[in-house]
Amino acid sequence: MSMLDVNGLNVWFGKNRDRVDAVKGATFDVGQGESFGLVGESGSGKSTILRAITGLAPNWSGAMTLDGKPIGKKRPKEFFKTVQMVFQDPYASLHPRHSVDQVLGETLHLHGFKDIDTRVVKLLDDVGLGQKFRFRYPHQLSGGQRQRVAIARALAPEPELLLLDEPTSALDVSVQAEILNLLADLRNDRGLTYLMVSHDLSVVGHMCDRLAVMKDGEIVEILDVAALRAMNATHTYSKQLLEASL
Amino acid sequence: MMSTLLDVQNLWVRFPTRNGVFDAVRGVSFTLGRERLGIVGESGSGKSMTGRAILRLIRPPGIVEADQISLEGQDLMKLSEKDMRAVRGQRISMVMQDPKFSLNPVMTIGDQIIEAYRLHNSASKADAYNKSLEMLEAVSIRDAERVMRAYPHEMSGGMGQRIMIAMMLIPNPEILIADEPTSALDVSVQRQVLDIMDKLVKERGMGLIFISHDLNLVADFCDRVLIMYSGRIVEVCDADKLHEAKHPYTRGLLNSLPRLDAPRDRLEVLERDPEWSEAPSVSGSE
Repeated sequence: MSMLDVNGLNVWFGKNRDRVDAVKGATFDVGQGESFGLVGESGSGKSTILRAITGLAPNWSGAMTLDGKPIGKKRPKEFFKTVQMVFQDPYASLHPRHSVDQVLGETLHLHGFKDIDTRVVKLLDDVGLGQKFRFRYPHQLSGGQRQRVAIARALAPEPELLLLDEPTSALDVSVQAEILNLLADLRNDRGLTYLMVSHDLSVVGHMCDRLAVMKDGEIVEILDVAALRAMNATHTYSKQLLEASL
Repeated sequence: MMSTLLDVQNLWVRFPTRNGVFDAVRGVSFTLGRERLGIVGESGSGKSMTGRAILRLIRPPGIVEADQISLEGQDLMKLSEKDMRAVRGQRISMVMQDPKFSLNPVMTIGDQIIEAYRLHNSASKADAYNKSLEMLEAVSIRDAERVMRAYPHEMSGGMGQRIMIAMMLIPNPEILIADEPTSALDVSVQRQVLDIMDKLVKERGMGLIFISHDLNLVADFCDRVLIMYSGRIVEVCDADKLHEAKHPYTRGLLNSLPRLDAPRDRLEVLERDPEWSEAPSVSGSE
């Protein structure tokens, strides 16, 4: 059963001579509980796919279905209860003047939860931060701690599908290891589905079951991790990418 | 023996805070020849501060102290602010970490590169335009003409970083300090950008200080590596021998990387030993 099905997705920005077709005819599906990776160079449209799914890139055509229900131009409230996103840069994705408590509390409030207090505590525990971080502001947190807050915020509405846009590329390797372990644990505990964008093939190889290789807005190849490890890519570009990352 | 371009002795960078003085860099010494010198460490280890201190880019209340920072015999610590401006860009150039904060958001990319070129060379606008186009193509930006017309927010992070590199290389400096120049780029482009920098170091006899947290990249690309931890150099080694590094901190960093050829269920998490920050700084002089 597929959690997310994307069929012939096109996304574009601008118009006339400055029109850029960021994604061209992308087709893939992500199974329930699967972890699916999107890799490719910058500008290849991998983040744009995530943005189109959540509605942050309004100019798109094609068909997307979430859990069997088609995604329209206007997304209902339930959509955001099912899908949440973690952004690349924890320095830019948290409000600098909102404390961790406000960030999480507001999200919970918007999603109509009543027991906000207990949920905030629980969320902080789940991402390994604990109570003492509850009333801190982003500038009092390290990069890894901020990314944990961003993950907690994404988990607040109890989503089934998490879109991860380069969740560790702004972090140190030692902190990256912690965050990747956290994401793996959360997925095990909650049966989450991940759609993860990364330019680091070894990170995707560690986290994902299958991956799609993108180039110039097109998906050139979909392969599973066993094939990736065995260096069994068929498309020339994926081969280059594999060689470059070893 | 390589000629020494830059000689840094006993460099300290301090920031007075409400809770006393914070030492960001604590007595670091190293030399740079016509080589590629890597500085690795986590964020907060003082590697970027070292790079900035060389260019005297640390503003008050930050304090920079050093026995000497000499560029081919000339002590940069003794130069006036005006003379320092002639050093920055022209003789030592720096590619910063984040293109979002380093490019002017209200100026087209073309205008910014042309400005960088014309500040240091007397060239006509048309020449500067052509030279800028050439440089953008050299950092493998497709449709450079559209990019020249565009504003920084229209570029992806990777493109922004390549534009920065183009802009910093256009005055043809003697030393390039690259602060995480490729951390926003993906592996395939990373290689291209590094190849461009490599070519310049070789062809023009430039010295390169390559600041990065990516151990594999540094092992692959540099000649010599300094490993920094909490403001001090904990280990110096040849880049090709980085994987045989002895210091537990370096080993811990190496082990926390996910690897394609050796899959694991869980990644190793670095355990820090307070002794690491107490040990005296190792000298990185040749």
